Amino acid sequence: MSSPAISPNRNLLLLITLVFVLLASLLTPGAAYSQVDTFEFETEEQQDRFRTLSDELRCPMCQNSSLSGSTGGVAEDLRREIHRMIMEGMSDSEIIQFMFERYGDFILFRPRLTAGTVLLWFGPLLFLILGGLIASGIWRRARKISDSDTQLDKSQQERLRELLGEKT
Amino acid sequence: MSKLKFYLPVLSFVVIAIALWRGLYLDTKTLPSMLIDKPMPSFELTAVDGSGVSNSDLPGQIFLLNVWGSYCLPCLIEHPTLMRLSEEGAIPVVGVNYRDRQDLAVDWLENNGNPFAFSILDESGRFGIDLGVYGAPETYLVDANGVIRFRHVSVLDETVWQEEFLPAIAELRAEGT
Repeated sequence: MSSPAISPNRNLLLLITLVFVLLASLLTPGAAYSQVDTFEFETEEQQDRFRTLSDELRCPMCQNSSLSGSTGGVAEDLRREIHRMIMEGMSDSEIIQFMFERYGDFILFRPRLTAGTVLLWFGPLLFLILGGLIASGIWRRARKISDSDTQLDKSQQERLRELLGEKT
Repeated sequence: MSKLKFYLPVLSFVVIAIALWRGLYLDTKTLPSMLIDKPMPSFELTAVDGSGVSNSDLPGQIFLLNVWGSYCLPCLIEHPTLMRLSEEGAIPVVGVNYRDRQDLAVDWLENNGNPFAFSILDESGRFGIDLGVYGAPETYLVDANGVIRFRHVSVLDETVWQEEFLPAIAELRAEGT
């Protein structure tokens, strides 16, 4: 029963723990900490719109949470305004416009497509294309090298035969 | 070619490092105001002293619009500056009593002094939304035509007054507004 200093069991245990932690973090919804308001709606659809809007609008004060997830005073006021506007029959885009006019791009978790946000929207695609080009370049060069390596010219072939002991 | 191969990763490292380094010191807490160069939102509300106030009560000259509350500790820090400006007659100051209670606001002004020509009572924070306020203290610079020209978020101390407001005011005066 000789056990090494670090047993493979311990490594396995660490790995399993890591996998569990990762899975748990994936399964936990990001902004599930909604504030409890006592708004009343006439239809289910109005309530759904309220939820979506307050999830998609960002709290200007507590900057990493949505309006629905923030306890900040201004978030409370803005949720009340969203409710009022929904009940007054305003459309989602009108409500978003209302917020944008007062708080700017900042309040939108889904920023508008403007000259200033082009990089934000298409930056990842740009990097993907760039990475693809680099990868294909490396791949192509590697293939060229392996091709030229396997082809021997006449003198090299003669030398090879000599070495192998075959007289021409 | 091989020189380029060596310098390209180094160069990209330097570029990324500088970008990230700058990113560390970016001010992401201060939102730019959407109301710059827009007229002050119209209002017909009550002042902290109970009288009715509307846009026509605003000073017909360059003034400060200061968002404050009795719960707001930073407001207490900037209070001496506002008092000085008001006492010296440097610039009229109008208050917005934001998400507060009238009785607490009255007490606060009695205890600390009142630098405001009047304070708009905004208990619900509804007027604050029209201004794009997200927390007291905030101070707006409004020109003689009632157009918002500049906003400062957080404490307005002597340094901020000297370095940000005075140049902005000088610029407005040069324009003749």
